[in-house]
Amino acid sequence: MTEPVLSVRDLHVEFASRRGTLRAIDGVSFDIAKGEVLGVVGESGAGKSVTGLSVIGLIDPPGRIAGGEIHLAGLRIDNLPPEEMRRIRGKRIGMIFQDPLTSLNPLYKVGDQIVETIRTHLNLSEAAARRRAIDLLAEVGIPAPEKRIDGYPHEFSGGMRQRVVIALAICAEPELIIADEPTTALDVSVQAQIISLIKRLGRDHGTAVMLVTHDMGVIAETSDRVAVMYAGRVAEIGPVQDVVKNPLHPYAKGLMGAIPTLAADDKRLVQIPGSMPRLSAIPRGCSFNPRCAFAFDRCRVERPEPLPRGAQSVACHLYDNVPAESAA
Amino acid sequence: MLAFTLRRAIQAIGVMFAVGIIAFSMFRFAGDPVNQIVSIDTSAAERALVRKSLGLDDPVPVQFVRYFADAAQFKFGVSYQFRQPVSALLMERMPATLELAICATVFAMVFGILMGVYSALKRDTVLAKLFQAVSLIGISLPTFLIGILLIYLFAVTLGWLPSFGRGEVVKLGWWTTGLLTLSGLKALIMPSITLGLFQMTLIMRLVRAEMLEVLRTDYIRFARARGLTTRAIHFGHALKNTLIPVITVAGLQFGSVIAFSIITETVFQWPGMGLLFVQAVQNVDIPIMAAYLLMVSLIFVTINLVVDILYTVVDPRLRSTVGRAA
Repeated sequence: MTEPVLSVRDLHVEFASRRGTLRAIDGVSFDIAKGEVLGVVGESGAGKSVTGLSVIGLIDPPGRIAGGEIHLAGLRIDNLPPEEMRRIRGKRIGMIFQDPLTSLNPLYKVGDQIVETIRTHLNLSEAAARRRAIDLLAEVGIPAPEKRIDGYPHEFSGGMRQRVVIALAICAEPELIIADEPTTALDVSVQAQIISLIKRLGRDHGTAVMLVTHDMGVIAETSDRVAVMYAGRVAEIGPVQDVVKNPLHPYAKGLMGAIPTLAADDKRLVQIPGSMPRLSAIPRGCSFNPRCAFAFDRCRVERPEPLPRGAQSVACHLYDNVPAESAA
Repeated sequence: MLAFTLRRAIQAIGVMFAVGIIAFSMFRFAGDPVNQIVSIDTSAAERALVRKSLGLDDPVPVQFVRYFADAAQFKFGVSYQFRQPVSALLMERMPATLELAICATVFAMVFGILMGVYSALKRDTVLAKLFQAVSLIGISLPTFLIGILLIYLFAVTLGWLPSFGRGEVVKLGWWTTGLLTLSGLKALIMPSITLGLFQMTLIMRLVRAEMLEVLRTDYIRFARARGLTTRAIHFGHALKNTLIPVITVAGLQFGSVIAFSIITETVFQWPGMGLLFVQAVQNVDIPIMAAYLLMVSLIFVTINLVVDILYTVVDPRLRSTVGRAA
């Protein structure tokens, strides 16, 4: 097997606060292969975005990477000096943020922002960078790019702005794109377009994509594999069909049960009782145990480590010492 | 854009009209000007003659229209104390005040922006904290005290700088400037600092607060995610976004600088309009006071207009919405 584009091993991220150190990410590991889309799903505060930000090296103080390693195509990047990490950002890792309305600087023409980014990373003349910017805008599906390039962000609609943001993220042909809730702020109809755009770009350029979202529909639509995060840990990770059709972790089961289907039976959607613990009050043992219908004594004392289960991997004591057949 | 400018200009004229009414009514309510001119033993007939020569016996509306028509041509009558046309007195003093105000504003802008940017970017350094402390002094100490302290230190104790006056001035047509001689420049230093210190600290605190605000925005985070250099992010993306409120405040403050130069000019015996105004108040010289009021409000109104137009230069969003709305 070839080396993964992104390899995260046992990542820990902490935030120093007045009430002590909060552990936002607690031992997260995953790989993303070339051309693969990894969906990262979970409730708000599960640590999805923080994981994305630590990969690109934009965790702001008081947060810091407290442990673990991040490798980009074999190069360890979590401990690089700031200037070297800056060169990687935008060039080898592109990032797309949630809100296209606020991601662009309102005072500069979109073309100038693209040209600026291109010329920061690639050794191109102003004119060549501008030509490339027009090509990029065309590639992300902006009509009449040679005219729109001189427009200001406020002259674009939300969907069009997200296309500009995507053009900015891919302008130096990165190996990895981190998309942090790229469709959350958009209309449903525009969401589908943006999703298929990200998918197409990933396929055409062989880019690895880390797609952070809380929308299981988007994940099912786009991803090759999915990681379900809960309270700073990966509860379950595996190929998207397996996890959606046959979730193993009780939390993942709950999440999948909460997806509305078109085959409308008038049953109520399944709810997971309770809410995710605050970072300052993560329970002992499995962090999901207070909400879990299957919790037993061991869950309240011992933290489950990820266990391979076919192509999936699940962090749950239910699957420990149980043969694969009877568990599934 | 044109319609927008025009609308603002009409508003400006309205403001000037209102100020004109106030300036005019000063003649009616601040005592009888004739008493200020004549001596105690002047006969009633002579008083009536003076009254007639000044046009003070005409009906009020007639006087008002005449005052306005004259003011529009920068004729503000004759000073009671100097027996000279007020406009000539003002013109003679204006270069001194404007030079002082411009130097003070440039001083305030340059140091205010530099210190503000520095203390936003290097928030936790000793120097940044020192700037904060100094700015507190600048905001809370009254102008005259700063002036006197400076005089005590640099003029009396060290003897480096002159304590009063403009130094040698050079005449350029009707304009007199102290910028071309060494003594003129030296004389400018302390009054400029005194006058500009408050604005400097204001701008510094504003730039710092705005910069911190802007550095937290999504587009700065996105700019960092794009791998732009720190320099490009701070000075290209962040600073430009802080400029709108800075332009507003600096612009409005320029009006205050001129208006409040009264105190600085008095402390340093600076021969400008402010000093003229103070003397006029002492002598109930209403034509000068009224003219000064009009001049200062004209400056304020003009600056407001310029600031409004400047916004649209900096912020493209205003440019198009303003164009469309108009």
